[in-house]
Amino acid sequence: MSEQKHAGINLKNKDRDTHQQAESPLFGFWVFMMSDAVIFALLFATYGVMMHNTAGGPGTHQSFELKSAFIETVLLLVSSFTFGMASLSMKYRPERLRHLVGWLIVTLLLGMTFLGFELHDFHSMAGKGAVPHRSGFLSAFFALVSTHGLHVASGCVWTIIMLIQLGVFGLSDQVKTRIMRLGLFWHFLDIIWVGIFSVVYLQGLL
Amino acid sequence: MENHAEYRKELRKYATGLGWALLLTAIPFAVVAWHLLSPVWALTLIFILGLTQVVAHFKYFLHIGRSSHRDDLNLLLFSTLIVLLMVGGTLVVLFNLHSRMV
Repeated sequence: MSEQKHAGINLKNKDRDTHQQAESPLFGFWVFMMSDAVIFALLFATYGVMMHNTAGGPGTHQSFELKSAFIETVLLLVSSFTFGMASLSMKYRPERLRHLVGWLIVTLLLGMTFLGFELHDFHSMAGKGAVPHRSGFLSAFFALVSTHGLHVASGCVWTIIMLIQLGVFGLSDQVKTRIMRLGLFWHFLDIIWVGIFSVVYLQGLL
Repeated sequence: MENHAEYRKELRKYATGLGWALLLTAIPFAVVAWHLLSPVWALTLIFILGLTQVVAHFKYFLHIGRSSHRDDLNLLLFSTLIVLLMVGGTLVVLFNLHSRMV
């Protein structure tokens, strides 16, 4: 398919100039994301090494709850889909800004609910004595999972900023490419979470 | 309308992605929740389905594939190589040290 020139959504048929301008910023953002992926890979490796070093403190079975891990997974997954819907309304219905804004707000709410559940998890873990300085396992766990959480939080802030910019500037070319990069970032965070629920939660609760 | 047909096509792509992702999430969670498999097989399944889900996300949500821009694909493959070397190297070296200390 020749219309699929770069990763992420493409605007070629709708708007050829924007499409060409968007290529190098989007590629640059891919370079950033891949270096971010390297950071996460090393945090995963650290967790893999430290996983069994509980130093007599709470282990994986005492610390994790399968149900809330599942809810968090579904929230993030669906938010990836709703962001896809936002991208599609930006591409095909740019004249109806309300669709785009609506989907962005839904995505933002899902992201914030995810963060709420994660904070609730951390809180109940702390109640059981599972705090970052208790053991090597818990230090590695909090380093990995809260780095992801901070990324989601910055994605939420970014979404709020884009909503403000949509209100102020409308759907200008610059705002468009910024939303496209936010989309890449958001889908990328979901991929990292797939690693977290597989390696941390499911492996830990076997 | 050509535009509309293309919209449907891309919409279907996202929906397919969501379907795969939900399925590939539900299976490993079910296996762990109801202890359907022995731990070794369950772990193997979790990792295989996790990797499949990562590939599905790249394909359906990030639109990476054989038809995508070569630079993106090359970058992704190179990063995968780096990640494999670093994670694999870390695990080999540290578990080797660990077994020597016991």
